Amino acid sequence: MAKIGKIIKVSGPLVVAENMSGSRMFDIVYVSDMRLMGEIIEFRGDKASIQVYEETSGIGVGEPVYPAGRPLNVELGPGIIESIYDGIQRPLDDIYNSSGNYISRGVTADPLDRSKKWEFKPLVKKGDSAAEGDYLGYVQETPLIKHYIMVPPGVKGKVKDIGEGLLAIEDTVAVLSGGEGDVDINMIQRWPVRRPRPYKNKKMPDIPLFTGQRVIDMFFPLAKGGTACVPGPFGSGKTVIQHQLAKWVDAEVIVYIGCGERGNEMTDVLMEFPGLVDPKSGEPLMKRTILIANTSNMPVAAREASVYTGITIAEYFRDMGYSVALMADSTSRWAEAMREISGRLEEMPGEEGYPAYLGARLASFYERAGMVECLGSADGRTGALSVIGAVSPPGGDLSDPVVQATLRVVKVFWSLEANLAYRRHFPAISWLNSYSLYNDSIKENVKKEVAEDYFDLQSDAMSMLEEESELEEIVRLVGLEALSGPDRIILLVSRMIREDFLHQNAFHDIDTYSSIEKQYRMIDVILYFYRQASDSLRMGAEIADVESMKVRDRIARMKYIPKEEIDRIDKIKNDIKAEFTELVEKPHLEE
Amino acid sequence: MLKEYKSIVNVSGPLMLVEGVEGVKYEELVEIRLEVGSVRSGRVLEVEGDQALVQVFEGTSGIDPRNTRVRFLGRGARMYLSEDILGKVFTGLGRPMTENDRIIAEKSLDINGSPINPFARDYPDEFIQTGISSIDGLNTLVRGQKLPIFSGSGLPHNKMAAQIARQSTVLGKKEEFAVVFVAIGITFEESQYFINDLRATGAINRSVIILNLADDPAIERIATPRVGLTCAEYLAFEKDMHVLVILTDMTNYCEALKEVSAARKEIPGRRGYPGYLYTDLATIYERAGRIKNKKGSITQIPILTMPEDDKTHPIPDLTGYITEGQIILSRSLHKKKLSPPVDVLPSLSRLKDKGIGEGKTREDHADTFNQLYASYARGKEVQELAVILGEAALTEMDKVYFKFAEEFENRYISQGEYENRTIEETLDLGWELLSVFPRGELKRIRDEYLDKYLEKYMEKEEGQK
Ligand SMILES: Nc1ncnc2c1ncn2[C@@H]1O[C@H](COP(=O)(O)OP(=O)(O)OP(=O)(O)O)[C@@H](O)[C@H]1O
Ligand SMILES: [Mg+2]
Repeated sequence: MAKIGKIIKVSGPLVVAENMSGSRMFDIVYVSDMRLMGEIIEFRGDKASIQVYEETSGIGVGEPVYPAGRPLNVELGPGIIESIYDGIQRPLDDIYNSSGNYISRGVTADPLDRSKKWEFKPLVKKGDSAAEGDYLGYVQETPLIKHYIMVPPGVKGKVKDIGEGLLAIEDTVAVLSGGEGDVDINMIQRWPVRRPRPYKNKKMPDIPLFTGQRVIDMFFPLAKGGTACVPGPFGSGKTVIQHQLAKWVDAEVIVYIGCGERGNEMTDVLMEFPGLVDPKSGEPLMKRTILIANTSNMPVAAREASVYTGITIAEYFRDMGYSVALMADSTSRWAEAMREISGRLEEMPGEEGYPAYLGARLASFYERAGMVECLGSADGRTGALSVIGAVSPPGGDLSDPVVQATLRVVKVFWSLEANLAYRRHFPAISWLNSYSLYNDSIKENVKKEVAEDYFDLQSDAMSMLEEESELEEIVRLVGLEALSGPDRIILLVSRMIREDFLHQNAFHDIDTYSSIEKQYRMIDVILYFYRQASDSLRMGAEIADVESMKVRDRIARMKYIPKEEIDRIDKIKNDIKAEFTELVEKPHLEE
Repeated sequence: MLKEYKSIVNVSGPLMLVEGVEGVKYEELVEIRLEVGSVRSGRVLEVEGDQALVQVFEGTSGIDPRNTRVRFLGRGARMYLSEDILGKVFTGLGRPMTENDRIIAEKSLDINGSPINPFARDYPDEFIQTGISSIDGLNTLVRGQKLPIFSGSGLPHNKMAAQIARQSTVLGKKEEFAVVFVAIGITFEESQYFINDLRATGAINRSVIILNLADDPAIERIATPRVGLTCAEYLAFEKDMHVLVILTDMTNYCEALKEVSAARKEIPGRRGYPGYLYTDLATIYERAGRIKNKKGSITQIPILTMPEDDKTHPIPDLTGYITEGQIILSRSLHKKKLSPPVDVLPSLSRLKDKGIGEGKTREDHADTFNQLYASYARGKEVQELAVILGEAALTEMDKVYFKFAEEFENRYISQGEYENRTIEETLDLGWELLSVFPRGELKRIRDEYLDKYLEKYMEKEEGQK
């Protein structure tokens, strides 16, 4: 039994207590008789340094520290979807109901509702053998999510008893008898957040994860089980992108972590999501979403915990075989929390005062993403966990240690640029500096699912934009008139790509989401225009006439075509053809 | 009886270390009695063993370690409140400025407040008409938002803040804003300018004034915004008022924080500011907003001067990372005598999207501001190009953009300090300026609005010709 410790120092979120032998690293403790939750992060002799997840004002030397004798856990089970938790999985809605508008200290509440009864449907019968990860049954948690009750990791045996019908999460749903006697299994799993949940093996992410955002899907695509980061200065659109992904990404479960950011942004999600419908199922988006909110004014240590709490919940759904997407906004705030605690521990600072282990922590976090073969005796259950982290570098400077450490591990980089944001070109993702390393691994599947020439269009469009940036340099030096006709066509079409394709308004009811079919057709039309324009020049058309064609207006408005009518996009090609024919014939008539 | 200690072992900068203490708590309020009889106050920054590290708000000069007595008051710093705070003036620590400013308190609140549960928040979406086009039209303010003004020394941020305080209304509602004006290390003249303006409009009777002026103790500034926000929370969430809080100048606040951090020999973050500056500022700026089932609201307009006009300096940078947008003032527009000199391209209101549109401002608002932004940005580029190549090198269309950008600055951004434009006037002005473009250039605007609004202006133009 661990002993009760005694506080010898209080410095902000860090408390040092003596007489702590018997506790272990990363064990949870309760500080003072207010029972503020904390976690042991360092031992020196019998002195433990504790990061406290709640405000420490009013705490003094000599007060007690009670060991909990366990690490920081999350509770996993039905009732978790649609929840909003703080960094240590306290349900903020219950806390609101019990203690009002402000978060008071020392409050506790169960993460999952104990009293609610769920209709449990068994998937095994008496006498079956079941091993870790196997489905025992499921409850239909929301119209979108079948919540599978799995044999917890490390447990196996013969099904001695299996429940059915209305059950609460603490009721036994199955009894397994194995080598070590009978094990009662209920619908709650507890898992220490700092330990990745196990799986059978990892696979290469080769399935695209479409997001409905054109610059992402067409230029810098994600893969299921992949990792991405969005760095950018304040106001460049990181949060809007994360919200857009949470809304429209083609995943089955969403975990959204607001880590050290604004309270109103969480409120925004809470108010907006129930009213938005999933384009596939027509159900409210909230029915697949879990929120973790540790806002900037909440205690800093819990910020550090929030990303682990979130990713453990995400892994749990991955283990059921779902495709899960996790957004963390912003990982910089997590890194800063690490820095603050490290400074108070008087550790040797690394770059910009961040601890030397910053890179290792970030890497092991992103490493929890992946496409995996799940535990379970049945073959071939695949789950995916994709992780998208926002990074907020000081002054938008990409040499920031958090950006650099992140870029070393993630495979997709969406670089947000202040200049684009100032021009209200959104999403302000730079088409020149961003990249996706999944283009190769997803190639076959994309060609099958979308179109054979998808990557040709991608590379044509991207190289055109590169050429544009070179041409712009020239224009800046000598003026537009100095450019040849074909160069001016490149400028014209590049502008179309930027303004009529890449630009996407998150707040426009139709433009907010583009199906991949629609995206493909849009870029196809623009490149068709390019080919026609180049041909027409060769056949004697005037560049000025091409620049003032009527059909350009129709191209500009493609993005507002609703998804039921996307065939209209292809028809624009006919108009392009017709107008060019007219143009080319015009000079002949004059002859 | 509270125990009194005479065991100060170390005094350095704004800090002192007291030894042999018992039962002292983190963040506890401290009373310090100097030999000469004067009393100062402080708070506990750290306790370790029998030692307490105390930050002295009034500074430590004149403290004689041997003859100074220290008492720990067993509680944090508090503000004493009742509705009578309206019309009164308080010091940067929340004490009545004069005899006349004394009130009979109904309650007291910890000046640090508590974090609002995000679940308890209500999303701010009620349009505030400030009468300033560059705000209403392009960077719309809503009730419950925190929208700072990033300024530079010598720029007219005070005039602008006063104009906002004077003109702000919520359409269709009669409620007037209560104003909490918090002066943090600014000069007497600057503060007087504001107070006189409140007097002239009669708003003074629904204002609370918290003053820490340039010659007041610097460390006190750490408490000053918190005192003001405690008043605001009380008025908004206990007395159902809509409160506008003006905090000026937050740069002085950050300097005080830096001073304490340096005295503690903490590892400095960027440019010498403490690594926890973000978190610390968040505990101030996040004290804005609306709460479900509460009638009142807190709208915050913090003002800060950017050192060397540099937006990437940690103070504006971290502020921008917390607040819901920013209004940036431009020295070059100010030199051109534009008033207010709002640099609209890098300015932003993040909460505008849900505060505008049909039923709030007008259906065409979102499309037109997107268009105005895009066109103005292009116009500025063309202007730059013209500087290099000369105007003659511009295409016909470039010339239109060039002209547009000029007109936009002179007529849309610039308006008098006392000109109060309705939102319709602002939106109509936008259309009038956009009507110089051929329809095909206005890609950000939906056809139906072009049909409805643009034609109107084209016709008007025609009629004039
Ligand atoms: N796709 C988009 N469509 C329309 N507007 C957008 C889009 N992306 C961003 N914006 C605009 O930019 C503003 C700032 O975006 P956002 O809040 O996402 O920035 P951020 O990078 O998260 O900033 P911070 O680091 O301060 O949190 C939004 O409020 C919105 O007005
Ligand atoms: Mg953000």
